[in-house]
Amino acid sequence: MEELFRISYPVAAADYVNAGKASTDIKRRLKQLGVGGDVLRRVAVASYEVELNLVIHSMGGELTLTVFPDEAQLVSADVGPGIPDVDMAMREGFSTANDEARSLGFGAGMGLPNMKRNADDFSITSELGKGTTISMSFKLAQ
Amino acid sequence: MYENKRYHSVRLDKDLCKGCTNCLTHCPTAAIRVRGGRAHILDNLCIDCGECIRICDYHAKVAFTDTMDSIKAYKYAIALPAPSLYGQFRDLPRPEYVLEALKKIGFDDVFEVARGADIVTRAIREKMKDPKLPKPLISSACPTVVRLIQVRFPELIENIVDIRQPMEVAASVARAEFCKKKGCDPSDVGCFFITPCPAKMTAIRSPIGQKMSALDGAISMMEIYGLIVPYVNEMLGDTHYKLSTGYGVAWSTSNGEANAVCPDNSLSVDGINNVIRVLEEVENNKLSDLLFLEGNACIGGCVGGPLTFENSYVAKNTIRKMVRNMPPTHPDEAVTGATLNKYPMKNDLPFEPNPSEKLDENMVEALRKMNRMNEIIKRLPGYDCGSCGSPTCETFAEDIVRGYCTEMDCVHLLRERLKVMAEDMVELAQSRRE
Repeated sequence: MEELFRISYPVAAADYVNAGKASTDIKRRLKQLGVGGDVLRRVAVASYEVELNLVIHSMGGELTLTVFPDEAQLVSADVGPGIPDVDMAMREGFSTANDEARSLGFGAGMGLPNMKRNADDFSITSELGKGTTISMSFKLAQ
Repeated sequence: MYENKRYHSVRLDKDLCKGCTNCLTHCPTAAIRVRGGRAHILDNLCIDCGECIRICDYHAKVAFTDTMDSIKAYKYAIALPAPSLYGQFRDLPRPEYVLEALKKIGFDDVFEVARGADIVTRAIREKMKDPKLPKPLISSACPTVVRLIQVRFPELIENIVDIRQPMEVAASVARAEFCKKKGCDPSDVGCFFITPCPAKMTAIRSPIGQKMSALDGAISMMEIYGLIVPYVNEMLGDTHYKLSTGYGVAWSTSNGEANAVCPDNSLSVDGINNVIRVLEEVENNKLSDLLFLEGNACIGGCVGGPLTFENSYVAKNTIRKMVRNMPPTHPDEAVTGATLNKYPMKNDLPFEPNPSEKLDENMVEALRKMNRMNEIIKRLPGYDCGSCGSPTCETFAEDIVRGYCTEMDCVHLLRERLKVMAEDMVELAQSRRE
């Protein structure tokens, strides 16, 4: 499928000051492309959750938006630490967020479940010591 | 591009505009461009917040409102003062002083918009008994916030409460009660809102959610202030006004509406840029545990409107003290169910999205433009100086791909180009001499 547009955002670990800027920009760009309604809402929620996950849990990584004629794809790839038990991490209410993140109101254990719920297609692969990759796709209404 | 299709109260006085960049860089929706030495307000992006009126040192941005003369077109004229008017008079003990003064300057009757706020409070509370409502429900009282959502956050339109604004409900009741009292025809009566902001004027002339406004015009609070000042301190005669509750009066200050409608689980935000930040959070679904969101474009709420006289913090304090001395009756007790059934409460039209960010109707073409925009942005200096007439380098790139200007409108790129040209000319001159 022909790739029409791609943009990547580096996301630094524990950078709460800039947390949310990548997803705000993703949202704005999709609006410029004419994406709206339910799809935009779902991308907004999922991109914010995945960006915050990079900030809270990863050692840094990159969030990439790729737009195809019929779908938008969000890929988050980080450089570690990796998730020991992905099934456990996918459970609602399970969180390993640290005290700093919790003091800011994060750590409800809804990040990954929310991403899965909002994306049309969701996949996660993780290797301890290597990193985690999350791919989500969203079908665009024609 | 500059053709005005929609009605706007906020306008430009061409003769006074110097073409500087003050309004350009302060507009929260990037709705201003400076072209040909003067500012232009973009019709589709302007939400009538009035920030440009506040910032313009040359008074070139004006709010168009009706004049006192316009009340003469009607056999009877009713003044509907926004409760923020009470905040303009320091230590005003009771609203009656202001209501009486309005009659002395020519109105046949007065009706507090705070009473409309009481009725709307109860109507929203009745509505909120429905557990299936979107969360948070967003107030529709500030027309600037409603227009902001239409333009920038169309996905949140379904969150806006579909109950009419207090001034509209107040006008319906005022007209009906006056006609009953006088036995006159509704068309004999002109209902005039005393407005703290241009957005309300726009909402009357070009209503959102309604086919027709119940009001006939809006007169600037600034103009009224000057006229009633001499009368406000006069002794009160034997007046028998039906007054609003303190809750209704407090709607004029931030958190007033939220406190009346949903004190247990609501959020109140004031200042247009703060409202934008919170709406971003609502869009990210971060505030879905909240039941009610009150957003005011002006800092402090309506008392901070661009057409008010008194400092908004002082006005807020005046309102607070006045409310404290009023009986603690809640609108739930003050407003009868019969009132809710008798007058129109709900909007008769849906709020329409007015998305402005789309680069092209065709997505492939929009993507092409976005890629081109990114290429242009790489060449721009990123100073956001406004010299090109667009508020930021990014908006400038967008304006280029939309076809409104060219890269050479950037003075920095132009200088680069001139430098290259000058070097070429030197080279050319030297080659001739040989």
